[in-house]
Amino acid sequence: MRYHPHTPEDVRQMLEAIGAPSLESLFRSIPEGLRLRRPLDVPAAADEIALLAELSRLAARNRVEHPPFVGAGAYPHHVPPAVDQLLLRGEFFTAYTPYQPEVSQGTLQALFEWQTFVTLLTGLEVSNASMYDGATAMAEAALMATRLTDRSKVVVSAAVHPSYRAVLATYLVSTGDEIVTVPYGDDGRTDLQALAQAVDGKTAAVILGYPNFFGVVDALPEAAALARKAGAVTVSVTSEAVALGLLEAPGKLGADVAVGTMQSFGAGLQFGGPAAGFLALRQDAIRQMPGRVCGATVDKQGRRGFVLTLSTREQHIRREKATSNICTNAGLMALAATIHLSLLGKKGLHQLARVNFERARLLRDAMQRQGFGLRFTGPTFNEMAFEVGDAAAVVARLAKQGVAAGAPLARWYPQDARMKGALLCVATELHTPELIELFARSVKG
Amino acid sequence: MANPTGWKPSMEKESGSGGTAGDVGAGGATRGLAYEEPLVFEHAASERVGASLPAVTGKVDPAKEIPAALLRGEIEGMPSLAELDVVRHFTRLSTWNHGIDTGFYPLGSCTMKYNPKSSEAAARLPGFAAAHPLLPDEMCQGSLELMFKLERALSEISGFAATTISPAAGAHGELTGVMMIRAYHLARGNARKKVLIPDTAHGTNPATAALNGYRTVEVKSGPDGRLHPEAVKAAMDEEVAAIMITNPNTLGVFESDIAAIAEIVHAKGGLVYGDGANLNALLGVARPGDMGFDVMQFNLHKTFATPHGGGGPGSGPVAVKASLVPFLPLPLVVQEGPAYRLVTDPKERPQSIGRLREFHGNMGMFVRAWALIRELGPEGLRRCAELAVLNANYVRARLRDVYHLPYETDSLHEVVFTDKLQKGADISTMDVAKRLIDHGFHPPTVYFPLVVSGALMIEPTETEAKETLDAFVAGMRAIAEQARSDPDGLHAAPQKPVRARLDEVRAARKPVLRWTPGMKVE
Repeated sequence: MRYHPHTPEDVRQMLEAIGAPSLESLFRSIPEGLRLRRPLDVPAAADEIALLAELSRLAARNRVEHPPFVGAGAYPHHVPPAVDQLLLRGEFFTAYTPYQPEVSQGTLQALFEWQTFVTLLTGLEVSNASMYDGATAMAEAALMATRLTDRSKVVVSAAVHPSYRAVLATYLVSTGDEIVTVPYGDDGRTDLQALAQAVDGKTAAVILGYPNFFGVVDALPEAAALARKAGAVTVSVTSEAVALGLLEAPGKLGADVAVGTMQSFGAGLQFGGPAAGFLALRQDAIRQMPGRVCGATVDKQGRRGFVLTLSTREQHIRREKATSNICTNAGLMALAATIHLSLLGKKGLHQLARVNFERARLLRDAMQRQGFGLRFTGPTFNEMAFEVGDAAAVVARLAKQGVAAGAPLARWYPQDARMKGALLCVATELHTPELIELFARSVKG
Repeated sequence: MANPTGWKPSMEKESGSGGTAGDVGAGGATRGLAYEEPLVFEHAASERVGASLPAVTGKVDPAKEIPAALLRGEIEGMPSLAELDVVRHFTRLSTWNHGIDTGFYPLGSCTMKYNPKSSEAAARLPGFAAAHPLLPDEMCQGSLELMFKLERALSEISGFAATTISPAAGAHGELTGVMMIRAYHLARGNARKKVLIPDTAHGTNPATAALNGYRTVEVKSGPDGRLHPEAVKAAMDEEVAAIMITNPNTLGVFESDIAAIAEIVHAKGGLVYGDGANLNALLGVARPGDMGFDVMQFNLHKTFATPHGGGGPGSGPVAVKASLVPFLPLPLVVQEGPAYRLVTDPKERPQSIGRLREFHGNMGMFVRAWALIRELGPEGLRRCAELAVLNANYVRARLRDVYHLPYETDSLHEVVFTDKLQKGADISTMDVAKRLIDHGFHPPTVYFPLVVSGALMIEPTETEAKETLDAFVAGMRAIAEQARSDPDGLHAAPQKPVRARLDEVRAARKPVLRWTPGMKVE
């Protein structure tokens, strides 16, 4: 076994040094009755050639020959090969949480850079070192808001990603906090009148997608104004972070907390994970922030360096009084996003966002030429819902051709009759004008 | 690190003296060539671009569709660098890290074993890497089959009925497990109020219990480092929802009374949660599901060698007994004839605790873990436990005359020493840890578990060769010697990395958490 370097002679010498007669004897503290007396029932060992052949066959059973036209929380984007080749530096990917900062300055400085990128994109002052994903970041933000306000009602727009809301519900089951869901209008934006009615003196947080699950740029400034008047924390949620290269920073529009995923930068799709969740907030809330955070300091010789800091909030110090139980997060994916954003830079990020905006307009025009109008009237970035008749049938038909057509919204909104024909589609820099035209025709069938 | 030819660097001085640039540590560490590197934001502002993108046609104007107040242009402060600038920046940063690929990394409780390169290749197969999580089932049969097989293998390895693989990391798995415990009790009419936690537990355990609304009650371990049935019996009542036990525990000691403890907890209607952080010690030797545990989380980044990534992403599947299966979170993969199906609709699983991730979990980690399980097979899995335990006991035997061993109880996969014998010379665990860096080793976990004063928790893992352990032992012994001969030299460690000891107090008192123009930290 190539990962097990011990020769029989090594084992003999080591047992002798220990004073143990056999490997088996090293386990004498495990009572006989608790031992497994048979080999594990897992497949027999495969050599590397057989292993990679088997996994290649399995991978080939997934249909990935075309870039998907579905986004809905995970966005197909080009990841420059430089990102992955840097990630494969073993010093990065085989290190762990930087508990020993002197031998972890690479990870720590990169995290500090990640935190800076997140604050630049969100327009807020502080970012933590990453979260598991966007949905758990949103749930942690809601919990944080309840601590900051000492209130227990969380108001969330129905136009926030349904899976994010499901995770929020799971997290809040045992805390006793109440979730109030506010409907959306025909423009795909949160219904501000309903929001005004839902937000009151008990409201801890108001949560809005930006852009929301329908790809619509939601009414964040208006919602934030309502929240502020009631003393509630405004949380913006962004799954498609490329949008932040074109849209104003949520922090500038009144969001106190911005969460989401940086999956669009450096992570690829990977069937939904891993990618780095992010959580950014205002300076005055940092003592209630969940998760790890990296800070600058100096070493004994006065040279700048970086450490994990503010750890008195965390589980390994505070135990049951910690702000969260989070420990391992998504460090390597934060690094991936940091590298990708560094490559894009100031001009590249804006250009990427503009290209996405343009490709989505090509998609809109091509779909309209086939007779498919938009489900919602609100402004969008690179994702929009089209009226295609029977959306589920379209998805099933195109699946046979190896094309991922979009997300049929009725799946998440079965009660809303308006959603039956709604197909949520995305267009990014990966979707060429020719591919977009071909797609629209295929939807028509 | 094996050196059969006996080659020695020409600059070598006596190992273990001062840790200055010319020295060679027991692990082969020298100063090397280390670059200073500014923050990516501090590189001189330029007009460079590091990405190759399609051109903007300018045929559509965002301002015509999106209100002006919601638009922005280029973001000031973002870097403007060419691809080589960026590649060099991150390559240089990487050289400031110590990873498993660099050298020995005996970080206790973290199972820093070798991360196979073939697992990296497997995860990058386009079929896996480029699959969208919302593909119709018929388009992602490869991913679903792999998830199904991994779930089955994990259930077999741990001795449970079923496993959810979606949780994101160990602590997230704990959260999932305790949520299921709570749902189980609620379904019987009473969520109960308390969770028992031994004093040797990871900090995530009490934090997890608290997140679920439970009050934690600490149970003291005995003088032999084990949990004793009497202590559990004294704390156990019908308001206790569960006990959370790590086995082997964080001292590397097997909780040999686990069956009796489980019986006590079960007799009062409580459940037994297993923190599977230390599962590596048991692979193929014993199964938590056979010992009385009702639910247990895995850490794929520990036991199954998916990369730790500088702090994640991890993966924290949770295995359960049949009694908890109805409460498993969504989604789940089921096999129906020759095909696999993703169950996402709560109507199909009305008692499910719900969803914990936006999608299905960290698929990239599933592929890597499955690749390792396939390459190891049943014998290889058991061999992991045997060699991990052999390595830990070898280190224990070779160091116990120079470092204080607080518990004589048998060690499994890790061993905990303390700084008691060095205290007289005013040398602490932190000094030992920092000097190990100069020798070329990552320090062990320090000051944990909390029940041991000045703990040095060493977990060598099975992928380390005897020569590596011998070099580490030589380094540790040299430090013990230096504690007597040159304590000041130890206080000054580390001297070889790009930074000396960092001022953590200052970092917390005056938090600087992001770059701003003109930033100065002095």
